[in-house]
Amino acid sequence: MGPRRGLTGRRPAGRAASGRLPWVLVLPAVLGLVFLVLPLAGLLIRAPWPTLLARLAEPHVLEALRLSLVCATVATAVCLLLGVPLAWLLARVDFPGRRLVRALVTVPLVLPPVVGGVALLLVLGRRGLVGQWLEATFGITLPFTTAGVIIAEAFVAMPFLVISVEGALRGADQRFEEAAATLGASRWTIFRRVTLPLIMPGVVAGAVLCWARALGEFGATITFAGNFPGTTRTMPLAVYLALETEPEAAIVLSLVLLAVSVIVLASLRDRWVSAP
Amino acid sequence: MSLRGRLIVTRPAFRLDLTLEVAPGEVVALLGPNGAGKTTALRALAGLTAMSEGQISLDGQPLHVLAAEQRPIGMVFQDYLLFPHLSALDNVAFGPRCQGVAKAEARRTAAALLERVGLAGHAAAKPRQLSGGQAQRVALARALAVRPRLLLLDEPLAALDAHTRLEIRSELRRHLADFDGVTVLVTHDPLDAMVLADRLIVIEHGAIVQQGAPGEVARRPRTDYVARLVGLNLYRGVADGTGVKVGELLLHSSEHLDGAAFVAFPPAAVALYRTRPDGSPRNLWRARIDGIERHGDNVRVHLDGPIAAFADITPAAVADLDLTPGQQIWASVKATETHAYPA
Repeated sequence: MGPRRGLTGRRPAGRAASGRLPWVLVLPAVLGLVFLVLPLAGLLIRAPWPTLLARLAEPHVLEALRLSLVCATVATAVCLLLGVPLAWLLARVDFPGRRLVRALVTVPLVLPPVVGGVALLLVLGRRGLVGQWLEATFGITLPFTTAGVIIAEAFVAMPFLVISVEGALRGADQRFEEAAATLGASRWTIFRRVTLPLIMPGVVAGAVLCWARALGEFGATITFAGNFPGTTRTMPLAVYLALETEPEAAIVLSLVLLAVSVIVLASLRDRWVSAP
Repeated sequence: MSLRGRLIVTRPAFRLDLTLEVAPGEVVALLGPNGAGKTTALRALAGLTAMSEGQISLDGQPLHVLAAEQRPIGMVFQDYLLFPHLSALDNVAFGPRCQGVAKAEARRTAAALLERVGLAGHAAAKPRQLSGGQAQRVALARALAVRPRLLLLDEPLAALDAHTRLEIRSELRRHLADFDGVTVLVTHDPLDAMVLADRLIVIEHGAIVQQGAPGEVARRPRTDYVARLVGLNLYRGVADGTGVKVGELLLHSSEHLDGAAFVAFPPAAVALYRTRPDGSPRNLWRARIDGIERHGDNVRVHLDGPIAAFADITPAAVADLDLTPGQQIWASVKATETHAYPA
C-alpha cells in the first residue's frame, strides 16, 4: 500500500504545467517587496554605525528606552490581568450581547490611536467623566503622567491579547474541563490548573504581540500623556522629536525599535509567521 | 450504596427516558447502537448534561441537585482526556488535590493507584508518552483516586487496538470486581458488555428495550439489534402450543408456549440442501440465496423467503452445494436448536 500511495496520493508538485510566470503578477509582487524592505534597508544604511554605541549611551536615549520598556511591560501585565478573564468570558460564558461585546473589544484595534487618546482624555482627563471623580476622591490625575502612558498603551494593545487568548480558548478541547469537573474541580480550579496551561502558548503569543504594540504606541500616548522627558517621553515619541533636531539620534532610536520588532517576530515565528 | 433514578433528557428530535436501578458493587452496561442515548445517559449521571426532568439518588441522597464537581463520581472518558500538561502521577493526584488533600499525600495516593494498575514505572511520563493501554489505566486510576461511589465508564476500551483490548478488558474486569460502589459503563461492543457487566441494559432510541444478565440477553434477544449483536436469527410470531407461527412458516421448538412469542436460532444451526432432504426435519422451508459473504472461518449465506435468515456453513459446503446468489434451495433447522420464549 505504501509505495502505491506515494505515486497516486501525492499532489502535483511545483508550479503549474503551463510554465511561464505571469509578469502581471510578478512585477507588482517584486515592487511590493521592495517597498516594504527598502525603508528598513535605508535605516540600516544611514545608521551612524561608528557613533552608535556612544549615542545609545546618551542619558536621554537610555531614559526613553527605560521608560518604554517599563511602560510596555506594565501595560502588558495590566492587559494580562484584565484581558485573559475578558477573553475567557467571551469564549466560555454565553451571555446576551456577547457578539456586541466582542465587536467593542476589537474597536481599539481599528481606531486611530489619536482618537483613542482623545477618548481617554474625555473620560480620564482632569475634567473627564471618571477623571473628575478620581481627582476629587483620591487626588489622582492620570493625564500627562507615566500612569497615563501605561493606560494609553494598554488601551491600544489589549485587543491583541484578548483576540489571541480567545482564539486559543476556542481551540482548546473543552472536554478536558469536563474531565476536571468530574474530578471535583471548581470552575476557578479548572481555569487555573487545566484551561490556563492548555492555552498558555496562545497567552504567551498574545502577550508578546501586546507588548510589541505597546512599545511602539505613539498616537494615544502623545495625546493622553503628552511628551515630557523622563515621565512620558517613550521611544517612539523620542524618535519623532529627535527627527527635527538631530536626525542621527532618530535613526539610532529607530534601529533599537526595529531590533526589538525583529526579536519579537523571531520569537513568534512558529506561531504567526510561518505558513501552515 | 445503590443508584436509583429516572433520567429524562429531551432535545429536538430526541428523547432519553430511562429508569435505572443499580445495586452496590454491581456493574451495569448500557449497550446500544450509536445515537441511542447511552453517552447522554452517562453524562446526565455525571452532571455534565442537564436533565430536563427526573431524579437520581445515590445511597438515598439526591444526586441530580449537585453540580458535576460535587458529585461523588469518577469518570473514564472514551479518549481518556488525560491532562496533557501533567504527568501520569499528577493526573491521578488531580482529583484528591481538588478534594483538599495535601499535595504530598495526594501524590502518595496517586502513586499507590498507579502501582495497582501496573504503571508505577510511568509516574513521571506525560500522557503523550503513554501507549493507549497505559493511558487507559491512568484514566482508570485517576477516576478511582477520588474514591467515587459511582464509577462511570464511557466506551472504556473503544480506543484500543484488538490485542491491547483483550488484555485491558480482563484487567478492567478485575478492577471493577474490586470496586464496591456502583459502576455504569457504556459500550456498543457486546463482548465488552458481556465480559465486564453483571447486567446489560440495552437502549435503543433513548429507551430501554431489554435488560438482564448477559447470558439471558444473549440467549433471549428481544430486538433485531440485540439479535444481531449476539449473532442469532430472531423472529416474532404467535405460538400455539406446538410451534411459533412466523408469517406463513411454523417453526417448532423444544419449548411449548402460547400467545405472542419470540423464536431464535443460531445461523450455524441452519442446514442447506439443493434438493428436499429425506427424513423431513421439523423446520424446513424453501429459500432464495440473497448473498454470500465471508464470516470468520465460515461463510455466511443470506437467505430470503418466508423468513429472512442467516446461515453459517463451511467453505467446503459452499463448494459442494455450488451455491450462487439468486438460487433456490432448501433450508432447515432442528427443533432442538430452535429456542422459543414469550414476547
